[in-house]
Amino acid sequence: MAKIIVDGVEYEVDSDNNLLQECLSHGLDLPYFCWHPCMGSVGACRQCAVKQYKDADDEKGMLVMSCMTPATDGAIISIKDQQAVQMRERVIESLMTNHPHDCPVCEEGGECHLQDMTLMSGHNYRRYDKKKRTHRNQYLGPFISHEMNRCIACYRCVRYYDDYAGGTDLAAMASHNHVYFGRHQEGTLESEFSGNLVEVCPTGVFTDKVFSQRYSRKWDLQAAPSVCTGCAVGCNTTPGERYGELRRVVNRYNSEVNGYFLCDRGRFGFGYVNSAERLKVPVRQGDGQQEELDANEAHQLVQRLDGKIIGIGSPRASNESNFALRNLVGDDNFYAGVSAKQHAANQLILELHRDAAFHVPSVREIESCDAVLVLGEDVTNVAPRIALALRQSVRNKAKELAESANIPQWQDAAVRELAQEDRSPLAIFSNYASRLDDVASDTVVAGNQKLVKLGSAIAAELAGESASAGLDEAERELIGRVAQQLSSARRPLIVAGSSARSMELIKVGANIARALGKRSGNVIDFALLLPEVNSLGLSLLVQKDKDLSAALGVMESGAAKHCIVLENDLYRRAATSEVDAAIAGVDSLIVIDQLATPTSAKADIVLPATAFSEHEATYVNYEGRAQLSYQVHRNHSAARPAWRWLCENPAQQVEELVDRCAESVSAFKGIASLLPDLNSMIAGMRVPRQSHRYSGRTAMKAHVNVHEPKQAVDSDSVMSFSMEGIPASKDATVLGASWAPGWNSNQSISKFQDEINGKLKQEHCGELLLKDKQASGDFFNVTADQSDANNGLEVLPAYQIFGSDELSAHAPAIRERMTDAYLSLSPQDAEQLGLKHGQGAGIAGTDYVAIVCIREKIQPGTVAVYCGTEINPHDLPERIVLNANADIAERGIRGLIVSDLLEESY
Amino acid sequence: MSEMIATSGVRPRQLTPEEIAEIEHEMTLYPDKKAVGLEALKIVQKHQGWVSDESLLAISRYLDIPAADLEGVATFFNLVYRQPVGKKVILFCRSVSCWIMGCESVRAAIREKLGIDYGETTADDEYTLIPVPCLGDCDNAPVMMVDEDLHRRLTPEKIDAIVAAYKDANDQGKGA
Repeated sequence: MAKIIVDGVEYEVDSDNNLLQECLSHGLDLPYFCWHPCMGSVGACRQCAVKQYKDADDEKGMLVMSCMTPATDGAIISIKDQQAVQMRERVIESLMTNHPHDCPVCEEGGECHLQDMTLMSGHNYRRYDKKKRTHRNQYLGPFISHEMNRCIACYRCVRYYDDYAGGTDLAAMASHNHVYFGRHQEGTLESEFSGNLVEVCPTGVFTDKVFSQRYSRKWDLQAAPSVCTGCAVGCNTTPGERYGELRRVVNRYNSEVNGYFLCDRGRFGFGYVNSAERLKVPVRQGDGQQEELDANEAHQLVQRLDGKIIGIGSPRASNESNFALRNLVGDDNFYAGVSAKQHAANQLILELHRDAAFHVPSVREIESCDAVLVLGEDVTNVAPRIALALRQSVRNKAKELAESANIPQWQDAAVRELAQEDRSPLAIFSNYASRLDDVASDTVVAGNQKLVKLGSAIAAELAGESASAGLDEAERELIGRVAQQLSSARRPLIVAGSSARSMELIKVGANIARALGKRSGNVIDFALLLPEVNSLGLSLLVQKDKDLSAALGVMESGAAKHCIVLENDLYRRAATSEVDAAIAGVDSLIVIDQLATPTSAKADIVLPATAFSEHEATYVNYEGRAQLSYQVHRNHSAARPAWRWLCENPAQQVEELVDRCAESVSAFKGIASLLPDLNSMIAGMRVPRQSHRYSGRTAMKAHVNVHEPKQAVDSDSVMSFSMEGIPASKDATVLGASWAPGWNSNQSISKFQDEINGKLKQEHCGELLLKDKQASGDFFNVTADQSDANNGLEVLPAYQIFGSDELSAHAPAIRERMTDAYLSLSPQDAEQLGLKHGQGAGIAGTDYVAIVCIREKIQPGTVAVYCGTEINPHDLPERIVLNANADIAERGIRGLIVSDLLEESY
Repeated sequence: MSEMIATSGVRPRQLTPEEIAEIEHEMTLYPDKKAVGLEALKIVQKHQGWVSDESLLAISRYLDIPAADLEGVATFFNLVYRQPVGKKVILFCRSVSCWIMGCESVRAAIREKLGIDYGETTADDEYTLIPVPCLGDCDNAPVMMVDEDLHRRLTPEKIDAIVAAYKDANDQGKGA
């Protein structure tokens, strides 16, 4: 271990890092702007200057930029040196010559890194009294506001947006004191990760537009650690609430999952929580009549149902709610609320999880893989945060080159300059061109049959068998290349999942991973993507044969008297006619949900449920990681957590339920460890959700009553709806909004990390439930289904980050980015069918109409169908016939981002 | 490169065969297409007089460089014109040597003669006046360049003659 001396104190450091990172890792206060833990150093802002001395006798020393200086053994530096202090102050002063005095009206105020650094550097009086340069701001879409006058030109935004996230439509323009960061023309920022600009920008140039519409200072928000429910990745978030409204979602650091970044669905998709369409009271309905029920009466009604009850669970409901429903109806009567095909895929994925030959990697682990094959997944639209990780994985080649050239990894500009376009291999086999294609080494766009054929050939090649049957020359070359890349990689990764709705593709992925494992003797990284936040948790609670088709069959046959549907819209899970018939077969249908759905419209009893930020719950992500999400704020309607409707005791505490689940379901054994023990907290004091600066507590209800009401008591958790208690600055076990003295911005997270980019001090990364592996299985025998290729086009499901997720599609900001249902066709098929881009097309045999989108790379004979909110995908046969239908003039697919649109289609 | 479908907005124009030939030539001199961005902008400016949005998008499309990145290059160099300029561009030095030697009076003479100041173009689209930091000819200050011609030791009086000479040359060109 290397040692350095900072202001006379010796610290142990990792000499592979730079001085700035090591100083911050040791909790020292040293100002910086352009450096970011995920993006390394470029030495652009000159803010982190320190004095470095040659040896103990050197009294003069020289100023160096700590972010650009390696932490070599024996280095002697001073942060407190007067010259260094003065330099840092002057740097800020020069930045401030152009920075406006608008903190009171700036959304960044109170969590501004520039404010923190200005104070830290000691610059507190402005001498410059001349004109400041001003800029015109741009419209950047529904998510991000732009205020360029505040810019200090640290270049972090473009380094994040372009270099890290692969965006192409934000750049640095012009030069010297009028550098401008913006788009070529006004318009929506195209990157699916644009929201991170809000947190990456050290000041208020890029701010959260959704938050601005109903704004509060950071210290006035009630916040708690939460988990994003937008997809199966399970990113950690900190939602903030004020006046009973969820105001915003920001990233919460988790070293293993999302690190410092979220996707835009996760950040801006919460708006449905505040929706006026939320269900608020229990109702009994029928014959066009609605009758409000008393909450206790409704609870009793559910508990006293007589006759056979079946329960249909949900992949978007928590483990606790699914478990409570299972308890109420009995294991044998509990069904997964997902289609038969999805359920089968989930069960297969579960089986592969337990196979000793495979390891399902975390997002962080994915970043370290150096050869990747994606099979049939549109990762950007299904598991966006993983797409961002895959984009980092291709940079391992650059890191390798840097290492051999003796360039430290943190020398960002040098490493990029050295590597140029050299990337680690990423082969993408998908149904339609994806947003990761720009960094892919090989792409194949084809229907599932062809993908299965090519994938099987790779598996055969890796297993040393002949792989060339039925392949042309180019395909043989491709197969050989991909197989070679995977087998020679240090850490290869296969990405597959359920999105292409093909069991064969998952099996092919498993065969490739298994062949790789047999060759190298290693456990192979095999990322299995699932669609929803708790897809895996639900699968662990349901018996293998209990899919939705089985449930609908039981209902239709009249064998079940009552059916309880938990947070689920059956019309998204099975064909409309089947659901209709099933509902007609039961005496009563009880639906528990947050928003009204076509299913709740048919229910006899509808019970309102709380949303993710209104209850404490656990979810299991795609890798089997169970994570605890705390309640952030209270719901003031009669809505209850779904499990509270379902448990016999209406005062049931969630922690007891978690414990019971851990005891009675073997897969959930580890889940109880997620619950922090109040007794382990200091003096049994609770963790406040409100900051110590939380204002207006005595006044915020004064328009109702001037007496301050008693603070609500949270019986469920170790957190309180209050400012009192022991805040996370003492113990990061329960860390919502991070804050440290002098560090009001999100950069304060470094004060809670073991080391920069490392785990949090009181490690809480969730609990991996599927650690116990079974013996590794055998190769699957895969045969591609030979469906009749003459009749119509093969339907391939298409996904959109904004729209494919049921709940976030109700958020106003997300709605602005959603497109209507569309049909992606090859130019050949479109011509043959006489269909034009942007025109409507009817799907034969159904009433559905969607917009034609002609894309160059779609395989002729296939059609990628994005169902949006209009089409029930289960109503579509496997092959469809299209006919021109002009009745669609009002709709559009504006905002769709594709790489292979034909020029004449614009 | 991915792109958002938008129903309105500027579309790229068609590059001319001459422009394409010259850009293709430059591409043989660099390791990748990205590196040719600046040269392509200069080529288009040579043929079109300036770089319009349509031209910028055309280059972006042709070289597969994001429009934003190319705009970054175009705006970094102040001699890549993103607005129409006159047939002749006057690069007028206003750095310290020229200032000491009285360039402000020459500037006033130009304003008087042509009716334009920094950043402006004459109504007949003949001249655009652009200030530059230094032309590297300080011993002959004040100096300015009109297209490729360097004019030295300027005085307000000389401006009349310079403009007249260009007018003559222009008229002769038209006559022939």
